[in-house]
Amino acid sequence: MNINLTLIAQAVSFAIFIWFTVKFVWPPLLRAIEQRQSQIADGLAAAEKGRQSLEVSSKQAEAAIAEARNRAQEIIAQAEKRGSQLIDEAKNAAREESGREKAAAKAEIDQEVSRAREALRDQVAALAVAGAEKILRKEINAQAHADLLAQLKKEI
Amino acid sequence: MSSEAALTPTEYIQHHLSFLAKPVGGGGSFWTLHVDSVVTAAILGVISIGLLWWVVRGATAGVPTKRQAFVELMFSFVDDQVKGIFHGKRDFVTPTALTVFVWVLLMNAMDFLPVDIVAKILGAVGIHEWRMVPTADVNTTFALALSVWLLMIYFSIKVKGVGGFIHELFCSPFGSNPLLWPANFLFNLVEYISKPLSHSLRLYGNMYAGEIIFLLLWLWAATGLVGTVFGAILGVGWAIFHILIVALQAYIFMMLTIVYISMAHESH
Repeated sequence: MNINLTLIAQAVSFAIFIWFTVKFVWPPLLRAIEQRQSQIADGLAAAEKGRQSLEVSSKQAEAAIAEARNRAQEIIAQAEKRGSQLIDEAKNAAREESGREKAAAKAEIDQEVSRAREALRDQVAALAVAGAEKILRKEINAQAHADLLAQLKKEI
Repeated sequence: MSSEAALTPTEYIQHHLSFLAKPVGGGGSFWTLHVDSVVTAAILGVISIGLLWWVVRGATAGVPTKRQAFVELMFSFVDDQVKGIFHGKRDFVTPTALTVFVWVLLMNAMDFLPVDIVAKILGAVGIHEWRMVPTADVNTTFALALSVWLLMIYFSIKVKGVGGFIHELFCSPFGSNPLLWPANFLFNLVEYISKPLSHSLRLYGNMYAGEIIFLLLWLWAATGLVGTVFGAILGVGWAIFHILIVALQAYIFMMLTIVYISMAHESH
């Protein structure tokens, strides 16, 4: 255990090895490691961003689908409303038409009735006149007694 | 080993514990170089740091290769330790800690090489003394610890300034009362001396003891059939246990390096 020149020689080699490591070994690896760290960090950040944008776009898609669904519902409701409206209109039109036709027919019938009544009245009047003529046989002038006859006709 | 049976146990151990020492310049007890420690440490350092460099040169930020992933794992392991202790820019501290960890781990791991086979191979090329474990040489561990110690003082002065450093030397931990200056200084002196000593001797002691125990086991293995069997079994057991020590001591050495340097960054 004697200290000698070896001490200095070893110290010198130690110094050289430290210098070499500090200068040539440490920096490139540190650079590589740090670069990789930043790459990984970037990748993670990008993944996070992608996840977020996926979330946002899926939310958007959901919203769009919901809107479309609402819109479709609206359109269907409108169509249904319009359909029932059309049916109501058609029903009303038919009802009106039938009412009109009924009224026309009734009017015609009334007309017929009144005409028939008129004719009947005329005939009755003629019959009455003829009857009266037969009964009286005398000077009964149809013209002279037209007023009377008309009155009679009205009373029938 | 049987061929070396002529050696006495003491000679055997002494043989394996002697350095390949070369006197430098005029000689003298300090002017000696342990060629084996220096060369082994340098080769291991070049291999480990060079391997890291080779992998890191082709580092990509994309999908890493298995090699790169392994190196990154090691880096982030060391960096996590540094992060937990040191709060500041880690441009220097983490690479230093990494160098210490990798280098010391490899140097410790040299303990696993079978000493006698290595000695045979080296003996064949004319090298008869070669200690494979640089960290079992107190010079190596003390060199590392002293370097860390110098870094500690450097950062202490860099962060707090010369005045702050001296102020801290005299005014912490007890207080800035002039009466307390000697006590503070004494305290800091002890701390500054004990840090590199404990830092280096812990590693040295563990590795040296590991080496000795291996040598004792191999010594036993040379005593006959029973000795060989038990020596081999216990050798395996000790080697497996030693994996823990090797890794743990490298880890502790690295952690203490980080702790000392980060302590230097804190003002009191």
